[in-house]
Amino acid sequence: MANQNATHGESHVAHHFVDSEQQLDSSKLGMWLFLVTEVLFFGGLFVAYIVYRAWNPELFYMSAKELSTTLGAINTVVLIGSSLTIALAVRAAQLNQRALLSRYLIVTILLACVFLVIKYFEYTSKFAVGILPGEFYTYEGIDHPGAPIFFSIYYMMTGLHGLHVIIGIGLMVYLVVKARAGTYTAAYYTPVEVTALYWHLVDLIWIFLFPLLYLIE
Amino acid sequence: MAAASKDLKIREFPVEENPTEHYLNAGKGLKSWLFTVDHKRIGLMYLASIILFFFVGGMLALALRIELWEPARTFMDADTYNRVFTLHGAIMVFLFIIPSIPAALGNFFLPMMLGAKDVAFPRLNLLSFWIYSIGALFTLYSIAYGGVDTGWTFYTPYSTSTGTAVISMTLGVFIMGFSSILTGINFIVTIHKMRAPGQTWGKLPLFLWSLYATSIIQVLATPNLAITFLLLILESTLGVGIFDPALGGDPVLYQHFFWFYSHPAVYIMIVPAFGIISEVISTFSKKTIFGYWLIALSSLAIAFIGFLVWGHHMFVSGQSELSTVIFSFLTFFVGIPTGIKILNWIATMYKGSIDLKTPMIYALMFLFLFSIGGFTGIMLGALSVNVHLHDTYYVVAHFHYVMMGGTVFAFLAGIHYWWPKMTGKMYNELWAKIASVILFIGFNVTFLPQFVMGSQGMPRRYYSYIEQFQTLHQTSTVGSWILGVGFIIVGIYLAISLFSKNNRASSNPWGARALEWMTTSPPAHHNFNHTPVVLHNPYDFHKPISEFRLGIDGSDGHHSSEDVSTPKEVGDKV
Repeated sequence: MANQNATHGESHVAHHFVDSEQQLDSSKLGMWLFLVTEVLFFGGLFVAYIVYRAWNPELFYMSAKELSTTLGAINTVVLIGSSLTIALAVRAAQLNQRALLSRYLIVTILLACVFLVIKYFEYTSKFAVGILPGEFYTYEGIDHPGAPIFFSIYYMMTGLHGLHVIIGIGLMVYLVVKARAGTYTAAYYTPVEVTALYWHLVDLIWIFLFPLLYLIE
Repeated sequence: MAAASKDLKIREFPVEENPTEHYLNAGKGLKSWLFTVDHKRIGLMYLASIILFFFVGGMLALALRIELWEPARTFMDADTYNRVFTLHGAIMVFLFIIPSIPAALGNFFLPMMLGAKDVAFPRLNLLSFWIYSIGALFTLYSIAYGGVDTGWTFYTPYSTSTGTAVISMTLGVFIMGFSSILTGINFIVTIHKMRAPGQTWGKLPLFLWSLYATSIIQVLATPNLAITFLLLILESTLGVGIFDPALGGDPVLYQHFFWFYSHPAVYIMIVPAFGIISEVISTFSKKTIFGYWLIALSSLAIAFIGFLVWGHHMFVSGQSELSTVIFSFLTFFVGIPTGIKILNWIATMYKGSIDLKTPMIYALMFLFLFSIGGFTGIMLGALSVNVHLHDTYYVVAHFHYVMMGGTVFAFLAGIHYWWPKMTGKMYNELWAKIASVILFIGFNVTFLPQFVMGSQGMPRRYYSYIEQFQTLHQTSTVGSWILGVGFIIVGIYLAISLFSKNNRASSNPWGARALEWMTTSPPAHHNFNHTPVVLHNPYDFHKPISEFRLGIDGSDGHHSSEDVSTPKEVGDKV
């Protein structure tokens, strides 16, 4: 869009914006609104969690013991760390440190991948004993008729969250490619900023999921 | 740069009549439409799509009415009938009425009313049209695959066990939800960040206030529908059991989830209509709108209260008596902001110079029909009455008076009001008036008998009925034919107006004051060739029109190459 209009002094400002500031403000507001929809999207699953936990408190207690608190805790630290590195990436962009920007982004991507690898091992260890979602559930270690419900909710919540992690990795790979090409400067780093906002939300949702699913006493 | 401050002189920009260059001839060929980021073209593509689906949904409705001619079978079997009414509902709700006013007329006029060149995220806007189209394809696939027989609400447990194309249908609606969310985000950001210099919130046209309220609902409610349908799809495919009692789940939870979206969605359908009515009534009464802030804020109030009343769809679904009472009580509150609006519209007309052009006629019909729809809604919100009327034709008549008598008539008002601006052509006023009267008669003949039938106990969605209802059913069917004829006439004269040669519209045929009338008809590629400056409320009809055409020079819109160093001075938002 921006390059359609040759008269522009600042090529990154799209034709319908007055200036860079208006563009950044608009993008940020747009992303915040999108994050609101994300919270409400997960909200449905949180409501389902609340309803079924209120009805079956002992089931949730028994089921949560099947999950590895250690792996969950490591993943929490990994994601919080990735939130730090992407915040540093935004800072690097603001200070015009291009090399540092792509380095921080790459570290963030690596941390996200670590999260997914750990999640993969968690999932496969559950699949191995027959803890599968819904009607495919065959595990007999939990003596409760509603046993599949907890793990259905677990798989839906962590699965949807994992999908968001994968999308975040895709966005950040795009940012690295663009950053290497020198697109982002102190005057224009809107995509870095909004991706960072998104990534913080992904992190935040995990911070809620971890105690709700792993730390039930 | 120093010259910028010199250029800041505000002056009047006379509007060129019969422009040779405008958005319609700014690019040629199919590609210039399908990949455009121009909000006006995207709006028109939406308009074409929703008219197509309104036609499909309308044909299904006519088929339903013909089938109900006889108490037993007329021409289709019961299973087909179930599929046809489900498709009619789903298509009309998700493919026609939800995107109708916001995505088509809103897309076209929201940036123009702000004096902006486009929405904040033009590519996202195009994406949302494509997402809508993909969702529509899923819906069409569901029809080809054999349809859905659950009703448009897809209640569990039937929807997870019926074996019809529920998955592809709900997936289609799920996808279209994203389109709705993206449009909502785009509108909110555009209204916040892209208003013309001088255009404070208090000078925002009321159509934009209503779109703002609508967008808030779209952003807050639609994600919930998405997760609900995702759960429904997972229930059908993986058997996750959230809504299945056999697995420890609860089907009433589905209804809570569904109506937590779908009741606010009712206001996604009707609130934009309020905005059109505000514009039309003020313009054709040549009078300042009565109670500007009350109309503006009552839209927001409706959006807010709309989130608290979903339980009134579930009075007989087995929710607790306490919540039933609370939901009934809260439902009455919706009547207050709506009543405020009706009062203000009527007060606007009082002692105005009323000009009964077609849009105004539709607006008056809207007031009449919507009031009936609204009052019967209050009746249905009353607990004891609801138990009697639940799932009868009374409910069907009620929401058709609101959705069709309200939204569709307001949509027709909007189409006629803005037709000269969108196309640069004037339709035939006489035929338009004739068609509006036919539609009004047809509508009432179709749906008034349904109130009677419903209160006498005729249940909705039934394939066969006892003979005592036959006269009423047949009257209703005849009414649907009158409606069909009315819409055919509208389609014909609007199509003719496009191809006629000597009916070019002036830039401001109604003498309106809002910004979209202060540019050419049809508008220029970037809406305005200057930066508009707003001094007055858009309904200040007592002020000279020249004061509504003010602006700042700026060759290609807001900022030209020579003022780069101090761009803020030129376009700083107030």
